[in-house]
This record gives sequence, C-alpha cells and structure tokens, in this order.
Amino acid sequence: MTAVLGALAFWAAAWALNVRLARSGTAAARFAVPALFGVTILVVWEGLVRGLNVPQVILPAPTDISVRFAAETRILWADFVQTFVKGALTGYAIGCSAAFCVALLVDRFDVLRRGLLPIGSFMAALPIVGTAPILVMWFGFDWQSKAAVVVVMVFFPVLVNTVQGLASATSMQKDLMRTYSAGYWQTLTKLRLTAAMPFVFNGLKIATTLALIGAIVAEFFGSPTLGMGFRISTSVGQLALDMVWAEITVAALAGSAFYGLVALTERRITFWHPSQRRS
Amino acid sequence: MRSLVPILAVVAAIVALWYAACIPMNIKGVLTDAERSGVVVSPEGAAARRDANAWRLAVSNRHVWQMSFEQDRPRLPAPHQVAIELWETTVEKKITSKRSLVFHAWVTLSATLLGFGIGTAMGILLAIGIVHNRAMDMSVMPWAIASQTIPILAIAPMIIVVLNSVGLQGLVPKSIISAYLSFFPVVVGMVAGLRSPDAMQLDLMKTYSAHSSEVFWKLRLPASMPYLFTSLKVGIAASLVGAIVGELPTGAVAGLGARMLSGSYYGQMIQIWSALFAAAIVAALLVAVISALQRATLLRMGFGR
Repeated sequence: MTAVLGALAFWAAAWALNVRLARSGTAAARFAVPALFGVTILVVWEGLVRGLNVPQVILPAPTDISVRFAAETRILWADFVQTFVKGALTGYAIGCSAAFCVALLVDRFDVLRRGLLPIGSFMAALPIVGTAPILVMWFGFDWQSKAAVVVVMVFFPVLVNTVQGLASATSMQKDLMRTYSAGYWQTLTKLRLTAAMPFVFNGLKIATTLALIGAIVAEFFGSPTLGMGFRISTSVGQLALDMVWAEITVAALAGSAFYGLVALTERRITFWHPSQRRS
Repeated sequence: MRSLVPILAVVAAIVALWYAACIPMNIKGVLTDAERSGVVVSPEGAAARRDANAWRLAVSNRHVWQMSFEQDRPRLPAPHQVAIELWETTVEKKITSKRSLVFHAWVTLSATLLGFGIGTAMGILLAIGIVHNRAMDMSVMPWAIASQTIPILAIAPMIIVVLNSVGLQGLVPKSIISAYLSFFPVVVGMVAGLRSPDAMQLDLMKTYSAHSSEVFWKLRLPASMPYLFTSLKVGIAASLVGAIVGELPTGAVAGLGARMLSGSYYGQMIQIWSALFAAAIVAALLVAVISALQRATLLRMGFGR
C-alpha cells in the first residue's frame, strides 16, 4: 500500500513541479517537463505494480524489464540484427529508392500521373500489412520475405509524397529556370528536387515506422527461430512478459533512433526550409 | 472523366501483368500436375525441375500455360480465381456461415468501429486538455509524437494475451488495439485544429468577453473540423489495420486477419487474396464514408466553397 501511496504522491509532486516549470517557460523547461513526465509514468507504473501485487504475467514492473533486458542482451542483439538490420533496413532502402524512381517517372509522364497517382494514394490507405502472409509464402521464412513486406509497405507513402513534392516548385520559379534556358534535367536537379526535399523527407519519416512494423508483423506469419516478432509471439506464449517488454523497448529505441536519424538528415539537407529555422 | 481513362488503363495494365506473372509463379506446380495427368513436359521429374529457373521452364513448356490460371492451390492465384472466390464467399454463402467473408468482415469491422469510436473520443478529449493546459501540452505532446515512431502493432499479441488472462475476450481486446492506433492521429490533428484560429479571431472573442468554454464551442471547435476529418481518415485506416493484426495471435477464430492466418497455415493462397481484397474493400468503404461526412459537414459550415 505504501508503494501505491508513494507513487501517487510522486505523481502529484511531479505534476505540481511541471505546472510551475511550464509557467516559467524557459528553454530548459522545454526538455525538463517531458522528461519529468516520462519519469513519472515509470515511477507510477513501478509503484502500482509493486503495491497492488500485479502478477508478472499481466504487467511486469519497469525494474523487472530492465533486469531482463540486461540479462538477455545477446538474444536481443541477434533479434535486432535479424529484424531491423536485415529485414527492415534492406526493405526500407529498396522500397524508398524504387518509390523515388517511380515518382520521377510519374512526374515526367502526365498519363502516369493521372493514372498511377490516384491508385497510389488509394493503396497508401489500404491495410498493406495483409500482404505479409503472401510474401512470406513466396520468399520463404528468412529475412528476404520481411524485406519484401517492408518494400511494399513503404513504397506508396514515399511515392505519393515525392510526386507531391516534385509538383511543389511554383510557376514563378519554373519560369525563372526557363529564362536561364535550363533543360529538363537542369530544372530537375537544381530546382525541383531541392524544392521536393521537405516532402520526400516527410514520406521517408512516415516510412521509418512502417518499415519496423512491417518487419515485425511479417514475422508473425512465419520466421526462423530468431527475430523481434518471433520473440514477441513466442514469449507471449510462454507468458514471459518481461522478455516481451524488453523486446518492445528494443523496438521503441530502434524506431526512435531510426526516425531521429532521418530527421537529422532532413535538417542537414533542407536547412533552408522555414520549418527548420531555429527560433 | 479525363482522369478515368488513365486510371482504367493502369488498372488494366496491372491485371495484365498479374496474369503474366501467374505463368512463371505457378509453373512448377503446373508441371507436376501436368506430368501426373500424362502430358509430356520438357525436363521430366519434379526433382529435375526443383532448382530450375521458372522463366526457362515457362518458355520451354508453352503448351501448359493454360493450366496456370486454373490450379486449385496456386502460388499466385489468377485475378478471376480471386474474383470467383470473393463472389462465392460473399454472395452465395449465407452471411451467418463461418465460411462467409461477410461474416468475417463484420467481425473485423465491428472491432474497428468500436476501437475507432473509443480512440476518437479519447483523442479529442486529450487534445482539448492539451490546448487548455500548458503543463499538459509540454509534458504529453512530445511523448505523443515520439510514440508515433514506436511500432505499436508489435505489442498487439501481448495486449490480446494479457487481456485474455484477465477474462476479456473477443471484441474488446481487438478494439483496444484499434483505439490505440487511431488515437494519435486524432490527437495530433485535433491539437493543430483547435489551435488554428488566429490571434485576431481570439481577440475578437475576448472583446465579446467570451468565457473559455464559449471560445471553445463557438470558435475553436468549428475551426478544427477540417483538421479533425483529415485525421479521422488516417485514423480509421489505422483502426482497420489494428483490428486485423489483433486477430492474428488469437489463433485464427474469426475475422479477416484470421482468414489470412488460416490461409497461410494451410497454403490456401486464394483464401488469403480474397481476405486481402475484402479488407481493401472495407478500408475503401470506411474512408469513403468519412469523406462523404467531411464533404457534407464542411459544405454546411461554409468551408467547401
């Protein structure tokens, strides 16, 4: 009972502190407030699980999860390499470059734009995860099938965003290029691709999450005895929920790091865009 | 009209490619069947063909191409096979039958709609809190955005099993996953929408000495509608994906996800494809309904002109 009360007291105290910090509005508060909120969630979680004696098979405490995480780093690393590096990253690279090339074609030929683009944006809203069982059957259980699922999943968002971006240069800018007597390729590389970059990166950022989801969900349909999705589904079967949560932590870290990396690249490449200006 | 012709052309091209792909994809199974029924095929014996190139086999056995489109268990079913299966399992079966796709689609759809309702309501409430409370904005918003980068679907099996052990079964666990997935698009869109009135409009409300609840009902909420509908479209598609994935770990009982899983267990590609198309049709219908609602609402509010 004391653990529950302690957790609730911590919550109240942290919230009061957060309200004061938020009111102060300093630059440090912009980082301190969310950090404190995250810590609060962990403390309340720990306190409630310990205090109410929640069984391990329903919700393990954060400390149990971190102990398990530290004990199983070798397995977790092997799963990470199998699912993320081999499956998700390969598929991401293939899918995004394919989508980029198709987008250039779609942009060049108006018939394709009018025909392919509505279908592309329609496909982007469909439950493409459903192709996972088919692709697993075609490409076997190993990482190739996971990469294939990722390719299909990331293709349409990147395609739609890139085409939209290539159309984003204004007619004034295009006229300027014409007065310089720039050809198609010169206009493309010097003006339109640059102008498209914010849109392209928007698609690439959406695709990072989809890539990880695709690689993990594809493993639910069959995988070698390795991989994050495989470990999650088998550990759930063994009721080893601390292992599941450790795997989820890996997925969360990998997903955030991947997203952060793409966002950082975006900042380097589209430094000129208004949304990237430091206030 | 101008865009209909290219779309139809692209669809026709996709169908043609699909038929063409059936030949090399199915060639090995076709040759095995053909050999069994006494037709002469070029490398004899399944063992000799196992590692052969599918394209070369297809070219050297042109007389069996016809069979690629009518196999019972193809690797890639032909479009008409999927269409026939869809027709048979939707129109010709009673909808209460376990083999009817309408029955399975309804199981998935009900979880989707329940989850979408819960997720949307929670999302709107949280957005209202975030807009009106600065501490909540600063602490919750970064986490809401960061959580987008986390593969939430990965915890679907765990949610199902955990809720199962607490005694919750069937509709509710799936709709919790759906709710979770549709929750964040709604929060992010709604926060942007509730903040969309500019300083001039807010100042006008202040000169009327409007209370913050009046500002909410008369200015912020109406102004947020375009944003809300855009994120609802994202949210309902995500809900459907959540419901489908939520059906996977329960062991293929009912629903479109279960059809896909049992199809993949028993190598029934036609069943997987028809479930996939049913899911696509359901998704398209849901998005279309939201779009119609959006158009009607925004038109009445005067946004659409």
